[in-house]
Amino acid sequence: MSKSIAVEARAARKDYGTGAHTVRALDGVSVSIDQGEFFTLLGPSGCGKTTLLRLIAGFETPTSGQIFLEGQDITADPPNLRPINTVFQSYALFPHLSVAENIGFGLQMMGRPKAEVNHAVEKMLALVQLESLASRKSQQLSGGQQQRVALARALAPRPKVLLLDEPLSALDLKLRKEMQRELKRLQAETGITFIFVTHDQEEALTMSDRIAVMQSGNILQIGSPREIYNHPVDRFVADFIGETNFLTGRVEAGRATLTSGEVLSADVTGHAGKVTFAVRPEQVVICAADEADCLAATIVETVYFGTDTHCHMRLGDGTQIVARLQNAPSGEIGLAPGEAVGLRFEPGALQVLAQ
Amino acid sequence: MTSAAEQAADRKARRAGWLLSAPALFLLIIAASGPLIIILIYSFLEPGKYGNVEWVFSTDAWVGILYSRDIFDGTYKLADAHLSIFWRSVKLSLYTTLFAFVFGFPTAWFIATRSPRMRTALLFLITIPFWTNLLVRTFAINQIIRNEGVLNTFLLWIGVIDDPIQLIYTDFAVFLGMTYVYLPLMVLPLFAAFDRFDMRLLEAGYDLYASRWQVLRKIVFPVVKPGVIAGSILVFIPSMGAFVTPRILGGGRNMMIGNFIDLQFGAGRNWPLGAALSVTLLVIVAVALAVYVRFANRDNGHG
Repeated sequence: MSKSIAVEARAARKDYGTGAHTVRALDGVSVSIDQGEFFTLLGPSGCGKTTLLRLIAGFETPTSGQIFLEGQDITADPPNLRPINTVFQSYALFPHLSVAENIGFGLQMMGRPKAEVNHAVEKMLALVQLESLASRKSQQLSGGQQQRVALARALAPRPKVLLLDEPLSALDLKLRKEMQRELKRLQAETGITFIFVTHDQEEALTMSDRIAVMQSGNILQIGSPREIYNHPVDRFVADFIGETNFLTGRVEAGRATLTSGEVLSADVTGHAGKVTFAVRPEQVVICAADEADCLAATIVETVYFGTDTHCHMRLGDGTQIVARLQNAPSGEIGLAPGEAVGLRFEPGALQVLAQ
Repeated sequence: MTSAAEQAADRKARRAGWLLSAPALFLLIIAASGPLIIILIYSFLEPGKYGNVEWVFSTDAWVGILYSRDIFDGTYKLADAHLSIFWRSVKLSLYTTLFAFVFGFPTAWFIATRSPRMRTALLFLITIPFWTNLLVRTFAINQIIRNEGVLNTFLLWIGVIDDPIQLIYTDFAVFLGMTYVYLPLMVLPLFAAFDRFDMRLLEAGYDLYASRWQVLRKIVFPVVKPGVIAGSILVFIPSMGAFVTPRILGGGRNMMIGNFIDLQFGAGRNWPLGAALSVTLLVIVAVALAVYVRFANRDNGHG
């Protein structure tokens, strides 16, 4: 059974400004988002992720291309005619209205009867656990509470798609983790398609069904968090998602070799010539300096991180490699700067990226 | 617990505070309440023959606000002329406030949504009329709307009308002049309110199925309401007391309270009545504002 498509962008392009000052924010992006999916647009600031979100919301019209909602072309519809709601980065709660009035605003504007609005508001207040604050004004709430109100307000009209524009970026770490779980719970309970914009790769990995990694107005890769993390398509994706060690080398006759000549074991299918190898720090294993099949390296420094220690090393040709070692109960890893060690990579850990 | 030394230092600081604010307090008390007290006392005295007052207690001035005494049989009748002056003042001031709002609201919005440089320039333009004398500006309007003025000459010339339109020396002329003069006082506080207005609320409104009109009525207007209230007060108060504009544009017949008071201290030679009228004006404005502010704040959040 194939899932039905909730939102689709076809060759969506967005230029700002005119003439010589034109800035292309979105460069002909095509993407399909499934019904009920938690889809994340991930990328550094200025990559076009927020522009794409605003095109879907209807705050901007594309310079060219189309936006579809459940198969219908909504490109020309203004935002108030789209059954799509947004949770804004700044929350944008109405300061003159109470929490309950904020949540009921959408339904009220849709012209729903008062009883239905009140009922929906109560349900939403329960869903985001804010029953006790219904009559407060938004300025009297903490950041996390405002966040919940913004969520409830956007969910109350039961939109077909919920857009979330970096909604957690203003919260502190602990609250952010809590809200991440809460968002997942809300999505599971409501079954609404969520499109989430973030520049936080960890947030994207923990929450999403699928991620689209964006850079300078283009989508570089779309895939599940595992695909994106384990099989990045290029150096940018590999670098942006998590930490990565890069080594340069060649693929010749089905064999991967480093520039310095050592042979590595990697799946090189489809690659030839100069390539970049990528390996995650947690896939780097430190072994004895004289062990067979290990690359010779020197410890540069070790940095303690609580759960693990980052061990910075230098290969013979000067390439920097970081290994992430889980800490023993003693908290010591027994390696000192200047020490000569060997290192190898876990089987299958080495990714080959085209230059 | 604070020590005795600390308490002494505290007392000293407090005394120094009072001492330092003494000039301001002195000025406030003398300048704000002094004239008011004098006016209040005058309103309970008898008028002198050639102006000024006789130091004899009398409530004639207060009775004279609403009633006029028949000079032949000494009976009191309701003074229709006075009432019509009061009514005209209130009516024209309300119209002025309303239309200053109608024109000022979009103007302030326009200015607030321009680029910072453009905004500075536009605000500058708004304040330019304050540089010239009110009298000069009012005479300028007189020049435009009088029967032989720019407007009528032009309309006659292009043949739209056969006879000049009687604009000058009507209530409409007074209303027009006051709206023009007091418009900046509405625009500036509204601009300040729009300047603080979070434009992202507009998107939030559209996103939640509100039409443009609903966004204006349900979001923009309630949020900037303090600015609307401030602007209305700033326009309404001077309108009620206006006296140059009705004199020049309203002629002698379309008096407002301000002119009526002026008359008592001048040709009327009835200072106590003028004083009583002044106090009455003060009370009308105070009551109107109290009602307005209470009313405006009451439906806050239930709109």
